[in-house]
Amino acid sequence: MSTPEDHQNAGEPMPGAPRPGAAREGTAQTSAEQAAPAQTGSGQPGHVGRSEEDRSANLVHEILSSSWLLSLLALVVALAVGGVLIAAADEQVQEAAGYLFARPTDFIGAAWSAVSEAYVALFHGAVFDGQSATFTRSIRSVTETLTVSTPLILAGLGVALAFRASLFNIGAQGQIIMGATFAAWVGFTWHLPVGVHVVVAVLAGILGGALWGAIPGFLRARTGAHEVIVTIMLNYIAVYLISYLLITPAFQRPGSSNPVSPLLDDTALYPLLLGSGFRLHAGFLVAIAATAFVWWLLNRSTVGFRFRAVGLNPHAARTAGIKVEWAYVLVMIVAGGLAGLAGTAQVMGTEKYLTAGIAASFGFDAITVALLGRSRPIGVFFAGLLFGALRAGGVTMQARTGTPIDIVLVVQSVIVLLIAAPPLVRAIFRLPAPNSRPRSARPAAVKEAQA
Amino acid sequence: MSTVTAPTQGAASQGAVGGSTPGSRKAPITYAVLGLFALVVFGLLGQPGSSTFSVSTRTDLFQITPIGVPSRLTAIVLALVCLGLAAFAALRAKEGRRTPGWVAGTFAAAFVLAFLTWAVAGESIPFTGLLQGTLFLAVPLVFGALSGVMCERVGVINIAIEGQLLAGAFLAAVAASLSGNVYAGLIAAPIAGVLVALLLAVFTITYAVNQIIVGVVLNVLVVGVTGFLYSTVLTVNASSWNQPPGLQRIAIPLLSEIPVLGPVLFRQNLIVYLMYAAVIVANIALFRSKWGLRVRAVGEHPRAADTVGIKVNATRFKNVLLGGAIAGLGGAFFTIGAGLAFGKEMTAGKGYIALAAMIFGRWSPKGALGAALLFGFAEQLRISLGIVGTGIPSQFMLMTPYLVTIFAVAGLVGRVRPPAANGTHYAKS
Repeated sequence: MSTPEDHQNAGEPMPGAPRPGAAREGTAQTSAEQAAPAQTGSGQPGHVGRSEEDRSANLVHEILSSSWLLSLLALVVALAVGGVLIAAADEQVQEAAGYLFARPTDFIGAAWSAVSEAYVALFHGAVFDGQSATFTRSIRSVTETLTVSTPLILAGLGVALAFRASLFNIGAQGQIIMGATFAAWVGFTWHLPVGVHVVVAVLAGILGGALWGAIPGFLRARTGAHEVIVTIMLNYIAVYLISYLLITPAFQRPGSSNPVSPLLDDTALYPLLLGSGFRLHAGFLVAIAATAFVWWLLNRSTVGFRFRAVGLNPHAARTAGIKVEWAYVLVMIVAGGLAGLAGTAQVMGTEKYLTAGIAASFGFDAITVALLGRSRPIGVFFAGLLFGALRAGGVTMQARTGTPIDIVLVVQSVIVLLIAAPPLVRAIFRLPAPNSRPRSARPAAVKEAQA
Repeated sequence: MSTVTAPTQGAASQGAVGGSTPGSRKAPITYAVLGLFALVVFGLLGQPGSSTFSVSTRTDLFQITPIGVPSRLTAIVLALVCLGLAAFAALRAKEGRRTPGWVAGTFAAAFVLAFLTWAVAGESIPFTGLLQGTLFLAVPLVFGALSGVMCERVGVINIAIEGQLLAGAFLAAVAASLSGNVYAGLIAAPIAGVLVALLLAVFTITYAVNQIIVGVVLNVLVVGVTGFLYSTVLTVNASSWNQPPGLQRIAIPLLSEIPVLGPVLFRQNLIVYLMYAAVIVANIALFRSKWGLRVRAVGEHPRAADTVGIKVNATRFKNVLLGGAIAGLGGAFFTIGAGLAFGKEMTAGKGYIALAAMIFGRWSPKGALGAALLFGFAEQLRISLGIVGTGIPSQFMLMTPYLVTIFAVAGLVGRVRPPAANGTHYAKS
């Protein structure tokens, strides 16, 4: 069975999971976080005054058991699982498998070429395209990655923030849709001056997402209704609401029989960052700013401290005088607002008009992004970049090698499953458990590194 | 807008079945408001003319001529029945007694009929077809909700119902196509569901990962794997991989000749009959057997269950797998049950509606059946009325199950309470 540390590790991105002794640990942890709220990796304070030897042994141990290594290994395993699927579905591989024992090299060669071609195309589409003729075209891939990452990061931040308050916000999808709807409406009905229009539309987007997020928060606080159920239901309601709105005169493009909105005014669009040759827009800067904001909110503000306290132990938080119900409502409003920003990135940056599929599956991917980022703002940012890269690369992969983009879903979900179960990854790679050896040295550091 | 919320609330009132606390005034007030609404909107403001319900199918032994009723008068009468029930419920509440369950059921039936009469004024609607469609749409929901009941009664939240349905649909289609035998598909489907459930069980029970996370991620995984295989294998060589034979309809002699109910209930395929059996068996097993008592003990108070010698995690493991098998079988209904080839993401969120049905049915098989039928009815109504044409946008009809569920979990209609240990990991101390 897993140790308490494993529970910590596994439990952290999902604070809803009651841990053994959670009530006991709660207050202690809260004060520990208060004392050292900075982001942590290996090599944190607390190691001072120990012998050099002890230190380096400790460092190796920490690297081996750190979450970064686990994330990397999870990625490797996930790509391997994806590779097996790609190879299995490849016709040449299937052919070669027919005479596997006669000429095993054929089989291995065919499998290798199928898998490597697909992943090379994925890399070309996500990071740098060496095959393209011009430099501008080669770096288009990385700008595509950033464009796709933007809504993932923003919505992921929303999901992660709610996680930290132990709320499970499955509703990013609906919140994105409502944010996009509000922003789009402002974008094509109001005609405001340059500059003002963008700001007002963004604010409208935040408002839309925040309203949709407030509903589960309020219901949770007021009636105890489980936010998972309410947010799932609200996702569907949002989908039907937007598909209804898009056939009403207020939203439907004049003269069109399709359920699409008019194009947003140019004044309401995020400015393009690299000129008209690239899709990358200022929404990405918003995502960076939002990451910084959430980091500040969680780690430097009283409100964020309350969120974390409620997330770690609502009973202790209540005893300490924190209004738990209000924290639930507030955190969902902020989370919804962040997802609403993701909606603005979609409708005011990438798509430029509203459709029923405006949110694609960003809201669901945001959950995996938040999990992979371990509900840390910086982690979410990089997880968003990774999943954005997989997605952008997946499109190129599908176009060039015919490998369906669905493989990206497989890779993503395997990553998250493994990340959530560190003991499994350690078992696969025979790594030491984080608390196995230098136990005495760092109880507080472990807690911080993993919390 | 007000016309749009009507079916929602009508349906919502069913949630109060057995859930009204003695002396509560909430239910009678809801009934009265809805009754008045029906009287005014469906009755007094309704269109004159007649509403026709055809009840017999062409192959029936006993032919019944379509029933045509004057729309407004019928709606008014039904609305008055609603108001009468409201008065009865108010009387019971005043005496501090519990309102019997049949009141809510009758009320809902009368309200929905009033709504139907109003909606099809001047038109005709095949009543039997409506019910047949309801059952057809409800079957996967019932299996999914049953799977949820099995898992959540032992304290494991099963968000992966969607994935289990999809996996079942996929493997049923593939197995039936490859073997050419529809029953191979029927056996393969539960296996697919069990495989997904196995992942759920290993990660949540063995590795103590949060149950909701695993569920959500498993759904993505199944969508990814089935979507990938569909695009690469199933479409490339569709004739051998994805042309499953469909299950035959089996008409049960005698029973299938009962007017209205016969064609609806007893001219179905094997999966539907299995569904009847599953609901009955699950209900009896959960609430009337030693096994059920143990299962519920694990879900309510695992430590107490452990103390008396019940193996908590083993029970959970078994039940999660059982739930997976049930959902997988339900998934088969999408492909071999309906005689269709597998399509990408063909379950289209039905797993989540099943989850809602389970909650709305208060974590009991019987309730899940009722809720699933209700949700199926809402969707079938949208399809039928889409043909007849009413003023209600179809999107709002589609929203109904979700709105109703939010009302239910928020406690606006009765109170739903999950098993106490739901979602928690149990570690022996």
